[in-house]
Amino acid sequence: MKTMLAIISNALCRMTGRNALLIGLSEYVTLTSPSPPASAQTQRQPPKPPPVSTRAAQLVSGQTTDQPVGPGARVVVSRSFADFTPQATFDIKKCDLHRLEEGPPLKAELTRDQGLQYYRTMQTVRRMELKADQLYKQKIIRGFCHLYDGQEACAAGIEASINPTDHLITAYRAHGYTYTRGVSIKEILAELTGRKGGVAKGKGGSMHMYAPHFYGGNGIVGAQVPLGAGIALACQYQGNNQLCVTLYGDGAANQGQLFESFNMAALWKLPCIFICENNKYGMGTSVERASASIDYYKRGDFIPGIRVDGMDVLCVREATKFAADHCRSGKGPIVMELQTYRYHGHSMSDPGVSYRTREEIQEVRTKSDPISMLKERMLSNNMASVEEFKEIDVDIRKQVEEAAQFATSDPEPPLEDLCNHIFYNNPPLEVRGTNPWSKLKSVS
Amino acid sequence: SPLFHKFLKEALNKVPKDKCVTVRDALNQAMDEELERDERVFLLGEEVAQYDGAYKVSRGLWKKYGDKRIIDTPISEMGFAGIAVGAAMAGLRPICEFMTFNFSMQAIDQVINSAAKTCYMSAGLQAVPIVFRGPNGASAGVAAQHSQCFAAWYAHCPGLKVVSPWNSEDAKGLLKSSIRDDNPVVFLENELLYGVPFEMSEEAQSKDFTIPIGKAKVERAGSHITLVSHSRYVGHCLDAAAVLAKEGIECEVINLRTIRPMDVESIEASVMKTNHLVTVEGGWPQFGVGAEICARIMEGSAFNYLDSPVTRVTGVDIPMPYAKILEDHSLPQIKDIIFSVKKTLNV
Repeated sequence: MKTMLAIISNALCRMTGRNALLIGLSEYVTLTSPSPPASAQTQRQPPKPPPVSTRAAQLVSGQTTDQPVGPGARVVVSRSFADFTPQATFDIKKCDLHRLEEGPPLKAELTRDQGLQYYRTMQTVRRMELKADQLYKQKIIRGFCHLYDGQEACAAGIEASINPTDHLITAYRAHGYTYTRGVSIKEILAELTGRKGGVAKGKGGSMHMYAPHFYGGNGIVGAQVPLGAGIALACQYQGNNQLCVTLYGDGAANQGQLFESFNMAALWKLPCIFICENNKYGMGTSVERASASIDYYKRGDFIPGIRVDGMDVLCVREATKFAADHCRSGKGPIVMELQTYRYHGHSMSDPGVSYRTREEIQEVRTKSDPISMLKERMLSNNMASVEEFKEIDVDIRKQVEEAAQFATSDPEPPLEDLCNHIFYNNPPLEVRGTNPWSKLKSVS
Repeated sequence: SPLFHKFLKEALNKVPKDKCVTVRDALNQAMDEELERDERVFLLGEEVAQYDGAYKVSRGLWKKYGDKRIIDTPISEMGFAGIAVGAAMAGLRPICEFMTFNFSMQAIDQVINSAAKTCYMSAGLQAVPIVFRGPNGASAGVAAQHSQCFAAWYAHCPGLKVVSPWNSEDAKGLLKSSIRDDNPVVFLENELLYGVPFEMSEEAQSKDFTIPIGKAKVERAGSHITLVSHSRYVGHCLDAAAVLAKEGIECEVINLRTIRPMDVESIEASVMKTNHLVTVEGGWPQFGVGAEICARIMEGSAFNYLDSPVTRVTGVDIPMPYAKILEDHSLPQIKDIIFSVKKTLNV
């Protein structure tokens, strides 16, 4: 009888949006007990008041539960918070350790707000990349376009564990990080389409987008790693307790300059987290065919390393927190390997199926998709509703659509801009055009 | 009388106190002053700290400023050049020393792709205030792999400034300007000039003495022919001019000081006066600094003032040999300059 009442009550609440419970709240919790994929313990906490929506500044999640909530919560103002579990603890995969006695914790706490935030971030990156795919096929985006879909948990998890004042640098598969580091979808897509509203005014393109404390976007494989170590040197020099997250791929992991950077970073104890995003393929070459050792977390040799499940945003977050603590405590650099996967080929000119099977791609999509995994976790722990996720999806689609509209309608940069920004803080200079009579002007 | 002595003393105090300073010491002073002036400035490179510099250019700096600001690196050019560029991106003002510019080839990707192009690619969002310095070009007996001149290679690339000082005043003033510049500067020194003393005016000895990047200097005025050069060969040109003056040929000698951006206006103004031009450099002829000067003069207003084609005096188009007699004949000598001047003047 009670079960029946609970079910009816549940349905009534969902339909009416009113808190018309027929049974006591505590019983409701036990009756609708979830069957979590991993064992979860629900914690009773008083529901939070409806949040004030703020724009995406909250991509960075704090460690505490009283962070201002992100736009994900905006849609649920009308809902009753008593319905949802405000916080849950999840088991996460143990990390393989190199030269470390202890690693990141085996459990991760996730609040409802954080979960919705991470979901929103990852889904935004996913939809943005798929939109870029579409625009590329329509030939509105040209040149290089390296898409990040599948790897969203890496960008979202890392950003959730560092501060906006920390620094981050990555290689060319950079759109996801450009977003998590604070550049709007509009400015990213407009940069891809080469318009003046792009974050680099159309001068940079896919691989050269910059923002405060985000150093791109680098086209030369591996070159960003010494740069990242140098940014970490600046943090140490300035004594500001900041660190630098320096990302590279399994392909770049064999570049000599990485080992030069590891050596100096370890020698000087630079606050640098070296992160290898191992998506199993360097362009068309699988890791087994490229590396004598595919234990990328051990390649730092004398530098401690951890290997992390890069498809689980909570795993990435906990590991990066662990790594950040390591760096900030003055212990020097640390290497992290994120095991992840890209659904697209290396770039838009690579179908991505000549060196791997469609079955493999499909298997990852069904079993390990980072966005689905988070969503299922939250749903099975009653941390959010299917409708909520749908609303978020709809909102994101709308935002991405608007951004794409802007990116296709914004004008290209004016020709007067051709020679500008060669130098910084420099008096204007004359630049030779294609012929001797073509004297162009360059301002800073 | 005491009044006379007082007058004499005052008069002597007003005489400018020129003194002789070697190029090495001038560079050292420049770095010392800039390190003191701006705490974001620091020096890194091989042997720059505890060894006092492979060529002793950074002598005493580590003792004065310590480990934080004068950093010895392992032998990892690509790595430490990249680290220097990253530090510049994050707000510091590094001086990155290459023991010689021959080793910069290991790191050239960081100089060009990470440093030079970034301001443009980011549409002005990301500055890279860095100086890459070190000895460039031929030394003495160091053979092929240690003797290349990189002026043309670096000067080819937009986004870089390329500076090539000759004397002590140049060295100090230009290095200070380069360090204060918010853009990547390639600063090409010359090992054979390090130990050469030059007079430095009192003005040049002051802590705020800078020489603007991008402006050439007329070292010697003349009316018959213009000699344009950079670095060590400015001295050769002046020596050649002294010899030629005895035969009644007055050479105007221009010290480029900066390769990129090149002060073509100064060369043009001189050519419009003298009607003849000879370029002198240590680097190889093909696609070199002299080749660029020829092209620019041809494209500009001074072309119509030329009474004969421009002559280039360059290093011989070979890898540098070791044996002294061969090495001597691989580089422009004073007699080569004199010969070229006379040929150009058809005398």
